[in-house]
Amino acid sequence: MNSFFLILVVIGLSVAGYAVGRARSVFAAAGDVRILHSLPSYYGMFVALGCGLPAILLLAIWLIIQPQIVDHMVMSGLDPSIMPQNADAYSLMLTDIRNLSSGNATSREASPAIVAATERYLALQSIGFWSMVVGVVCIAMLGLAWARSQISRNFRARNAVEKIIRALLIVCSMIAILTTVGIVLSLIFESIRFFARVPFFDFLFGIHWSPQTAIRAEQVGASGSFGAVPLFAGTMLITLIAMLVAGPIGLLSAIYMAEYANPKFRGIAKPMLEVLAGIPTVVYGFFAALTVAPMIRGWGEGVGLDVSSESALAAGLVMGIMIIPFVSSLSDDVINSVPQSLRDGSYGLGATKSETIRHVIIPAALPGIVGAFLLAVSRAIGETMIVVMAAGLASNLTANPFEAVTTVTVQIVTLLVGDQEFDSAKTLAAFALGLVLFFVTLGLNVVALRVVRKYREKYD
Amino acid sequence: MSEKKKMAKSDASPASKATPPNATPKMKGDKVKVFYGEKQALMDVDLDIQPNEVTALIGPSGCGKSTFLRCLNRMNDVIDICRVEGKITLDDEDIYDSTLDPVQLRARVGMVFQKPNPFPKSIYDNVAYGPRIHGTAQSKADIDEIVETSLTKAGLFGEVKDRLLEPGTGLSGGQQQRLCIARAIAVNPEVILMDEPCSALDPIATAKIEELIDELRENYTIVIVTHSMQQAARVSQRTAFFHLGELVEVGDTEQIFTNPNDSRTQGYITGRFG
Ligand SMILES: Nc1ncnc2c1ncn2[C@@H]1O[C@H](COP(=O)(O)OP(=O)(O)OP(=O)(O)O)[C@@H](O)[C@H]1O
Ligand SMILES: [Mg+2]
Repeated sequence: MNSFFLILVVIGLSVAGYAVGRARSVFAAAGDVRILHSLPSYYGMFVALGCGLPAILLLAIWLIIQPQIVDHMVMSGLDPSIMPQNADAYSLMLTDIRNLSSGNATSREASPAIVAATERYLALQSIGFWSMVVGVVCIAMLGLAWARSQISRNFRARNAVEKIIRALLIVCSMIAILTTVGIVLSLIFESIRFFARVPFFDFLFGIHWSPQTAIRAEQVGASGSFGAVPLFAGTMLITLIAMLVAGPIGLLSAIYMAEYANPKFRGIAKPMLEVLAGIPTVVYGFFAALTVAPMIRGWGEGVGLDVSSESALAAGLVMGIMIIPFVSSLSDDVINSVPQSLRDGSYGLGATKSETIRHVIIPAALPGIVGAFLLAVSRAIGETMIVVMAAGLASNLTANPFEAVTTVTVQIVTLLVGDQEFDSAKTLAAFALGLVLFFVTLGLNVVALRVVRKYREKYD
Repeated sequence: MSEKKKMAKSDASPASKATPPNATPKMKGDKVKVFYGEKQALMDVDLDIQPNEVTALIGPSGCGKSTFLRCLNRMNDVIDICRVEGKITLDDEDIYDSTLDPVQLRARVGMVFQKPNPFPKSIYDNVAYGPRIHGTAQSKADIDEIVETSLTKAGLFGEVKDRLLEPGTGLSGGQQQRLCIARAIAVNPEVILMDEPCSALDPIATAKIEELIDELRENYTIVIVTHSMQQAARVSQRTAFFHLGELVEVGDTEQIFTNPNDSRTQGYITGRFG
């Protein structure tokens, strides 16, 4: 028996509660359900919720709290002679006990004291579990009984259920919001720790990026420097190349789709374009690394240019293709929402289709198109996979698209891949980069959405 | 009953004298049929538009007034499923002839729509739009002049002369509609088509536009669709009554409103149906 089984039991009880509540309401109405305030199913639902919700809540809280209590009891019950002195030793010993209790091998030969602690750990765990089972089932039963006792002819089950459901919805949205806030806060706090080691301005304006820090004091050339400008420059270079590809192609294809294409072609082509958005970026990544990059290198050699095998150009081109659907489908939408009356007005003055598009439709749709571009830019800045695979890791500060560059996202990946000390400047740098990235994309999105919304208001 | 009398009275202004029937029509519709897909919206309409006159098209909703109006400058070409048969001429030239460019036709037959639809540009650019695309004005000074005269003719110049560079969408509804009329005039068309130009406007703005239409008649041929019988009586010299895709009756406005030949016309103008 485990917690999953317990959840099934609670669900079973709730289902039973539904039946009980329903039957009870019908009974209360003496068979004539029209005199009830709510439909019988609402009474059933009310009892089911009254039974299930508190039980599940208790279960969740118990599962979070129990391990901590057990850990604490085991550790404080240790013989004072082997009591660990500092936090590291404490957690090491705890890990040993846990490993032992789940039957895994431990790093060291277990001392008798540890074995005793392990036994105590297992005993406590099982006591905890069984008391949880009893507690949860009791609460479920009590809830059921209480909810059932509420039912009478005039009880407003429908309103009560509405209220409970609303509360559930609020809780769910709070979870989403709190998670976001938590992530942002953790970014900020870790970044503050980073800036305690590396001055803020050195990070933001330094032009040299080599995040290796010395592991041993006597190591040479590994002092680590965290000037992020090459990363920002690399990100911007690749984003620029991507937008040079996606901007014109996306916009022009949107114009074609919205203004020229007949409905049949549109019906086929638009979903196909949107498939582009569905291709996993890692697929684009190896396309960039294995096909596009060597091709560009080949061309470059053909005309006597020195192209490195990983180049900003390859990554930018492929990323541009990836974000075409963002630009085109959003632009298509805004162009479509330009009212027909403006087109009629222009045609009525003897303008041709292309004149109408250039002088009336594009200017009218411009704010929306700008919004689409900004969203695409923020997408390009945040993209990782393609650049990891195609642009390389070298933090060159260059504007030459044929050289390898690196971006903020790529560096975050490389900083965190592999074994890390969690509190080295190298690891913390990832948080600082993440924070910068977060604020830039957030800013772009806010501006873009505001622009788009303003535009919508004007015509709807 | 009383309505009919009132209209007859308002029609008695001296400006509204119809051209004698022997004048050559500016535009001529001959057995015009229009289909939207399978559905026929106009049946064999024969209607002549006399020069320097206001012709009003009236009739119940959905009877094909807008459809006929849009045939006159081939705006129906924009609608994929729309098909036009029969013959329409402008100065004896077939406007549906394959050699004729609908774009050029629309420069000669301008249009003002039911809902004011200024472009999201400045007032100046709105009016300058036509002359610029047609290249009728070469220098900035020429365009300035066209903008000023068009706005003056549309009776708007005084109100907007200090804010020519502000967006046209910022004007009031009535001003916007006059801006659209100025925009149409700026192309210097021969015929101006107006589809319920006052239906989105209050009575004061409506009165201004009606006055304007009467002035414009001097230089342009005007066809106006309206749902207001009083308006038709006030501004037009000839009135055509449409019903269920047919042209029931056309004649001098005075005659149509006082002494219609067809009982359906009689019924419509006295408000018995439609
Ligand atoms: N774009 C279109 N597609 C299909 N049918 C249309 C279209 N436009 C008009 N029709 C049909 O043609 C007929 C005539 O329409 P039209 O717009 O000319 O009427 P109207 O006399 O202008 O009416 P209203 O006074 O309401 O403006 C109607 O039955 C209408 O349903
Ligand atoms: Mg109409």
